Amino acid sequence: MMDGTKFDDAQTGEQKIRNFNINFGPQHPAAHGVLRLVLELDGEIVERCDPHIGLLHRGTEKLMESRTYLQNLPYFDRLDYVAPMNQEHAWCLAIEKLTGVEVPRRASLIRVLYSEIGRILNHLLNVTTQAMDVGALTPPLWGFEEREKLMVFYERACGARLHAAYFRPGGVHQDLPADLIDDIEHWARAFPNVLDDIEGLLTENRIFKQRNCDIGVVSEQEILDWGFSGVMVRGSGLAWDLRRAQPYECYDEFDFMIPVGKNGDCYDRYLCRMQEMRESLKIIHQAIEKLRAPEGQGDVLARGKITPPKRGEMKTSMEALIHHFKLYTEGFHVPAGEVYAAVEAPKGEFGVYLVADGSNKPYRAKIRAPGFLHLQAMDHVAKGHQLADVSAIIGTMDVVFGEIDR
Amino acid sequence: MNEDLKELGAHIELRRPDCVLGWSVEHGELTVEVTPTTLPEFVEFLKTDGTCRFSTLVDITGIDHPERERRFDVVYHFLSMYQNQRIRVKAAVRDTETVPSIIEQFPSSNWFEREVFDMFGILFSGHPDLRRILTDYGFRGYPLRKDFPTTGYTEVRYDETQKRVVYEPVSLVQEYRQFDFMSPWEGAEYVLPGDEKKEGGAA
Repeated sequence: MMDGTKFDDAQTGEQKIRNFNINFGPQHPAAHGVLRLVLELDGEIVERCDPHIGLLHRGTEKLMESRTYLQNLPYFDRLDYVAPMNQEHAWCLAIEKLTGVEVPRRASLIRVLYSEIGRILNHLLNVTTQAMDVGALTPPLWGFEEREKLMVFYERACGARLHAAYFRPGGVHQDLPADLIDDIEHWARAFPNVLDDIEGLLTENRIFKQRNCDIGVVSEQEILDWGFSGVMVRGSGLAWDLRRAQPYECYDEFDFMIPVGKNGDCYDRYLCRMQEMRESLKIIHQAIEKLRAPEGQGDVLARGKITPPKRGEMKTSMEALIHHFKLYTEGFHVPAGEVYAAVEAPKGEFGVYLVADGSNKPYRAKIRAPGFLHLQAMDHVAKGHQLADVSAIIGTMDVVFGEIDR
Repeated sequence: MNEDLKELGAHIELRRPDCVLGWSVEHGELTVEVTPTTLPEFVEFLKTDGTCRFSTLVDITGIDHPERERRFDVVYHFLSMYQNQRIRVKAAVRDTETVPSIIEQFPSSNWFEREVFDMFGILFSGHPDLRRILTDYGFRGYPLRKDFPTTGYTEVRYDETQKRVVYEPVSLVQEYRQFDFMSPWEGAEYVLPGDEKKEGGAA
C-alpha cells in the first residue's frame, strides 16, 4: 500500500509540525518603510498577518491643533512624501471650502499640473520598487532618473525638491516662469519613451508576471468591505476616480480616461498605474496649453484675508504691510464649521476632516490616508498566499508610512 | 446638490426616527446626528437602503470637547460609490460610555476604532481586538484629548551605560513655545503686563 497513510511511523516528536511566527520588518527593504508584520506561517503559506504600525508616528494631528492654518501646511508634505503636493491640495481645499475663497484660474491650472506631476512621481516610485521587490533591479534605476527630473520641476517652482509647501490656501505660492512650463512640456514629450522602456522590461517579463498575476486578487465586495480607493479599486474594474466622480479644482474641463483592470490582481494594478501615468501626461499637456492661453494668465493667489498682499503693494501701502505682518504671525481666522475635503491622491482618496472654531488654529484636523485602509486589509488579502507574495502585495498596495502613521 | 442632500436627510429621518436626533446640510455636506447606542442598526440601514447605499466606510474619528457633558463626538464618514454621495454621522458620547462597534457592518472599521481608542480612550463594545495602534508599545494616556500636553509625559534616549533605550519624564530645556497671537482687544485670556496692578488695586 503506497497511498501515503502508513507513514506515521516515521513521525517522531521532533518532527511535529507547528506554525512558525516570523517578524517581517521593521527594517526590511520590501516593507517600504517601517512596517513590522508579524506573520504566522504554515510552511511557506501565510496563515495570519498582523501589521504593527505606528513606528513613524509623529503626532501630526496633535501638533496641528497648536499651530496656525498656514503653519500646518508643511506637515502635509511629510505625510505621503512621495507625492507631497497632492496632500497639500486637500488641506487647501478644506480651508477654501470653509472660508469660501475662489481660487484664480491660473492657480487652479498650476495645481492640476503639479498634482499630475505628483501622480507620476508616485507611480514611478511604486511601479519600479514593486518590481524590485519581485526581483527586477533595472526599473528603479530608470524610474528614479525621471523622478529626479520631476523633482527639479518641483524645485524650480517652489525652491524645494521634496517638501514643497507650494499650494497655499487661496492659490499657489508663486507663479511659474515661462521657461519652466516649456521645460515641463519638453519633458512630457520625451517621457512616453521612458514608459515604453519600463514596460518593455516588465509587462511581458515572465518572472514579473509569475510573481504578480493572480496574486492579491481583490473583488468588488472586498473593496467595499475594506474601504479601498484609488488604484486598488480601479484594478478590479470599478471606474471610480474622484477627479471624475466628484470633480474638484478644474478637473471637469480636462479630457482624460480612467484606466481599469479586469482581474483585480497585482498585475492589473501595475497595468493601471502605467496607463494612469500616460493619462496624467495628457492632463499635463492640456494644462500647459491652458496656462499659455490668455484666460490662463493673471494672479496666482486670491488676494484677500487669507493670502499675503503683493510685494510691490507692501512698499507703498501701510495697510498691506500690517496685513502681511499679521498674516504671518497671527495667521488668518477660519469661520467655525466642519468640512471634509478629499482629493484623488495617487494612492487613493486622501481626505482632510477639518473642524474649525473660528480661531487661527484648527480645533481638530483628521487626516484620512488611503494607505491606512489598504494596509489594514493586509491580513485579509495575504492570507493563503506564499511568504514571497507578501512583499509583492505590500508593494502593490502602495503603502507609505508617512501617511499611515501620521 | 444641496437639494438632493436635504431630500436624503429628510428621507433618513423619516425612515429612522428612532436613531436620528437631527440633521443639517452645510458646505454641501450632510451631517446626521444619531444616538450612540443605535449606531450599528443605523449604519446597517445606511448600507442597505436603496436611496442611501453608503457601502464604503471612509473614516472614523473623534473630537474632544472637554467643556461638554457628553465630552466626545465620534464622527463617521461614509461614501456611496453607487449614488455618488457622502454622509457624516455624529454621535456624542460621555467619558465613561462605550460605543457599539460597527465591525459587523464594515470590517474596515477595525483599525479606525482602534485608532479612536488609542487617541481618545473611547471604548468600542464588540470590537475583537481593541489594542493601541499608533502609539508606542506600553504607552499611557490618550494623546488627542485636549488635556494631554503636546510634549507628552515621557521621552526616550539611548543610555550609554545601560546599553539600551530608556524612558524618562519629559524635561524641556526651554519652555514649550506656544504663542498667543490673539490681540488684547479681542479676548486674550491672560492679564496684560502692567494690568495686574490695576486688578490688585480694585480688589
